[in-house]
Amino acid sequence: MQPIKPETRQAVTDSAVSVRNVSKVYGDVQALKDLTLEFPRGELTSLLGPSGCGKTTLLKIIAGLLPATSGEIEVNGQKVTGPGPDRSFVFQDFALLPWASVLRNVAFGLELRGVAKSEREAIAEKYIREVGLAGFEKKFPHQLSGGMRQRVGLARALSVNAQVLLLDEPFSAVDEQTRRKFQEDLLQLVKNEKKTFIFVTHSIEEAVYVSDQIAILLPRPSRVSEIIRPSSFRDKSVDNIRRDPEYLDIVDRIWASLRSYVE
Amino acid sequence: MTRHRPLLLKLLSALIVFGAWEIAGRIPVSYAFPTFLDSMAALARMTFDGSIFVAYAETLQPLVVGVAISAVFGIGLGLWIGLSKGFEWLFSPIFIVMQAAPLAALIPILVMVYGIGLTSKVFVVCIMAMPVIVLNTASAVRNTPASLKEMATSFLARDRDVLLKIILPAASPVIFSGLRLGVSAGFIGAILSELKITPTGVGDIITYSRSIADYPSMYAAIFSIILLAVIFLNLLEKLENVLFEGNNRGYAAD
Repeated sequence: MQPIKPETRQAVTDSAVSVRNVSKVYGDVQALKDLTLEFPRGELTSLLGPSGCGKTTLLKIIAGLLPATSGEIEVNGQKVTGPGPDRSFVFQDFALLPWASVLRNVAFGLELRGVAKSEREAIAEKYIREVGLAGFEKKFPHQLSGGMRQRVGLARALSVNAQVLLLDEPFSAVDEQTRRKFQEDLLQLVKNEKKTFIFVTHSIEEAVYVSDQIAILLPRPSRVSEIIRPSSFRDKSVDNIRRDPEYLDIVDRIWASLRSYVE
Repeated sequence: MTRHRPLLLKLLSALIVFGAWEIAGRIPVSYAFPTFLDSMAALARMTFDGSIFVAYAETLQPLVVGVAISAVFGIGLGLWIGLSKGFEWLFSPIFIVMQAAPLAALIPILVMVYGIGLTSKVFVVCIMAMPVIVLNTASAVRNTPASLKEMATSFLARDRDVLLKIILPAASPVIFSGLRLGVSAGFIGAILSELKITPTGVGDIITYSRSIADYPSMYAAIFSIILLAVIFLNLLEKLENVLFEGNNRGYAAD
């Protein structure tokens, strides 16, 4: 394991989410071991690692969908004991209701919170426009492409106005071109929404492209091996990121440290 | 034109079946097999003299009561078995045995316990209809996509929301197919009970017509009960479409 390089570490003053000494044991498998990680407010942090490294497990523990075996999670200083209104989740398999229209799917989070129909539909319509699905409100999930379905999932997560968005490999089930468009839109979203994004991915390029901070997890049992904060290309336009020397260096460096874990 | 195509196909298939029946009756394949037209004439006669309505007033009692009990308790029990982890081993075998048991052989026992009245007949209908409703409901509930339940939980759904907004709509196609199978089995049970316990209603028309060799009336009665079952199942399908509109819009499987 490489030590954390001094230039990649940066003092974090304000964390939206803090993970402290979290362990997770499934039967006799130790999925996470004594994991500590800070997620700076208003930034996008990626959890990157080889498959089976527990990144989705960590995300679900932060979401309150899975209990941690030990350790604690704080969101805005509040201890996590279950799902809460301060977090919303974007699912890898979209998890849309097949029997509900786009409008009802996007408004579903608000529906569960007891928001009146006209109000929640107005909010949902706003976010449907924001993710670029205007005109599809009456359509059903099976009439949409994979990319559009995930936009519905994203709009649903945005419409409940949670401070922390948890994205579990959201683009892994969409095709390459849609994925690139999504990544560009996500950068825009992080800039506009002033929310904290926690993003699980297994794609090194994707993580480096979209993240303010990348946490590299190594498996069995999972722990944070390195935290990388890209500095020079974050403010460049989306077209120039992929040829930035720092971008290419970081991609190479991450691959070098993950290579030995790929079976 | 294309809009009416399903209807046209249905009419065409009816025409072929009834045509074949008519031809088979005219050959005749058996002395006891009347033609389609003779049977329809007998049906018209029974309709006009009102005897068919008197018969159905009798037959529908155990049928409606039995099907209603089976639907309410069957879906309720199925939900319970499907939702709880521990009860499957306790209840499923009962319904699997009920489904497999040769009902005609059980009827003497039922008659011994509950007599020859309505109770026994309702029991027969329930034994026929209930197992498939319970088993379908339970397996539909158990197969609710875990990711949908997880999604609802992450958006702060209470247990009641998960049941009403996720589990029931997701399970409804399979629950309804169980209901359709259960209702058609209930029709079989109702007629069986009238043939095996006491000849009343439509069962009486069938038994009596056969004993006096009035085969057109016998087939008319059989035809009418099939017709009624088909109409009822179609109504059930309509109800499903009204209640769970999105379900016939296909599933986004991936």
